[in-house]
Amino acid sequence: MGYTLNFNLIWRHFDKLSGGLLLSLELAVISIAIGIVIGLVLAVWYVSAGRVVRGIIAAYVEFIRNVPLILLVYLVFYGLPTVVDIAYSAQTSFVATLALYSGAYLVEVFRSGLEAVPRGQIDAGKAIGLTPWQRLIHVRLPTMMRITLPALSNTFISLFKDTSVASVISVPELTYGAQWINFNTFRIVEVYLVVTAMYLVTGYVLLFALRLIERWYRTAR
Amino acid sequence: MATSSSDSAALLDIAEVSKSFGSVEVLRSVSLQVAKGEVVTVIGPSGSGKTTLLRCVNFLESYDSGSIRIDGKEVGFRDGGQRQRRSERDLASMRAETGMVFQSFNLFPHLTAAGNIMLGLTKVRGKSKSEARAIAEHWLGRVGLAHKADSLPAELSGGQQQRVGIARAVAMEPKILLLDEITSALDPELVGEVLAVVKSLAEDGMTMVMVTHEMAFARDASSRIVFMADGGVSAVGPPRDVLAAETTNERLRSFLARFRASHF
Amino acid sequence: MLGQIAYALPFLAQGFALTLWVSLLVVVLSLIAGVILGVGLVYGPAPLRWAVRIFSDTIRGIPILVLIFFVYYGLPAVGVHLQSFWAAVLALTLFKTAQVVEYLRGAVASIPKGQSEAAMAIGLTFRQRLAYVIFPQAFRRFLPPWINGVTDAVKGSALVSLLGITDLMQAINQVIGRTYEAMPLYILGALLYFAINYALSLASRRLERSFAFIRE
Repeated sequence: MGYTLNFNLIWRHFDKLSGGLLLSLELAVISIAIGIVIGLVLAVWYVSAGRVVRGIIAAYVEFIRNVPLILLVYLVFYGLPTVVDIAYSAQTSFVATLALYSGAYLVEVFRSGLEAVPRGQIDAGKAIGLTPWQRLIHVRLPTMMRITLPALSNTFISLFKDTSVASVISVPELTYGAQWINFNTFRIVEVYLVVTAMYLVTGYVLLFALRLIERWYRTAR
Repeated sequence: MATSSSDSAALLDIAEVSKSFGSVEVLRSVSLQVAKGEVVTVIGPSGSGKTTLLRCVNFLESYDSGSIRIDGKEVGFRDGGQRQRRSERDLASMRAETGMVFQSFNLFPHLTAAGNIMLGLTKVRGKSKSEARAIAEHWLGRVGLAHKADSLPAELSGGQQQRVGIARAVAMEPKILLLDEITSALDPELVGEVLAVVKSLAEDGMTMVMVTHEMAFARDASSRIVFMADGGVSAVGPPRDVLAAETTNERLRSFLARFRASHF
Repeated sequence: MLGQIAYALPFLAQGFALTLWVSLLVVVLSLIAGVILGVGLVYGPAPLRWAVRIFSDTIRGIPILVLIFFVYYGLPAVGVHLQSFWAAVLALTLFKTAQVVEYLRGAVASIPKGQSEAAMAIGLTFRQRLAYVIFPQAFRRFLPPWINGVTDAVKGSALVSLLGITDLMQAINQVIGRTYEAMPLYILGALLYFAINYALSLASRRLERSFAFIRE
């Protein structure tokens, strides 16, 4: 049985996809911004903390990394409001989830970055009389940033793909748009071809742009 | 002792071999004959094409024109002048006729010293495990490592690893042994033990072509020395002639002068 | 509350078993497919190399969820009818295969060129070089990241719940639908997934250590 491709209906509803893609990017950007803050704070805290704090941070990281994202999304959206008196939209709930999720991965990234800062640099900072806080801001963090930038880019790209899970709580991002067109027009193959292309092109354009930024960062400092 | 370079029955016959990497000519019409039992050392500045020439002899590297024959058989290409690359199977069996020892040893890290030697014997020569083990032990004994048969390469010193590398090559009973700067990666105090093994093989009549920077060794152990410069053979002859201080070859003289300045 | 959950335990156990079963199938099938394609990527003729490269980059460039929907809804549209279980296994296997291809490529690429040259020099043929020299070494480098990546198959398998397959995720959602005990059940589910994956990552760490000797 032959299947004739017909993209007309896809183009008619393309606003669902273009709007969805923008929302996907927005979700990824806001989540990683919060995730970076979580990751940085916890990583800096971790390397200078005692065993108890380290244990708690490690538990958070291991828990998030070993549980499916979809379960975390359900847990935060459907589970939390049943025990805590809070109310939020699906979108806010998803951003919170993805931020916590990326934070766990970024703690690891930043922690290993901080540990990779050469001893000599820290000693040099001490030698010119910088306080621990100044050493962190002016010596350790900039060096760590340079080391971790590629891993940060990769985390962002995979976070962008992870935003597709938001569709399970009806956040109208790109995958949700695909589902909507799938169910309403039955141009199934076409819509997934288009959506696949959209994820691919966006992902590789982002990757290319981030690699340029990395190179600029390496040479500009 | 065979010193004649125009011997038509030469074991190794390199005739007008040329090769370029892109626009860089690394070998320019190199010709060289090596008779059975000869020890030929190749010296020259880095980038002169010594190592490339050696790698062409067992076709680890292809070449653009000319021919390389061992015992009258073309190495990398089918006989008959068509420059048609030999089949994978043919190439493998041709390569088994030449032994090669590498600068960086290239021992197989997952196999013991004996296992390194046995691999070719069992898989290429078709010998039984016990036969191969006996041969491996014999050669490990020859290089003074009988007690290290069951050690992994990581447990051996550089000099010991290289001696296993030599044993691995000669155990295959190659017609000719190629040695590519085999002491360059070694700490100075380990060079002697490796060269002693090479010397004893030479005394047994093993045919060898050796790229080296060890001038004293080249002078004492080789039948002939080849001096390469800019991808060509610039001088060739018995050690006393090539290494003579009063040579008229300008390039050779400056190479030797620089060498004496830094190594003697 | 505890009574209701206890009542649902056998049902959850079935879901748990299905999650393990899907993960196992995906891990085994993707290992076979990935190793074959990976060898094609490293040693194959140019057209095959390109095909595998495009396959791997495409699959790794899109969300697993999109891949799952594409396979599940797309195959019937072009006349291929698979049970939803097998459609899910197929989609997850495609995703995991692309990963295995990359692990294999990385493992083979990490072996110095001198190793195959030394193997050539003693007269081993291409197949013998792979079998006796390259693969035994590549295997040790392939194993730790591969086992680490098994957790991705387990986590990814939770998405098959969206196709109405009663895996652990779906079982939990269904029990919540009957008992309205959302939080305890999600936490229970998280702990169960955590248990599987944490056990796997401990195993991979142990393996990594036992193969450490090979890193000269």
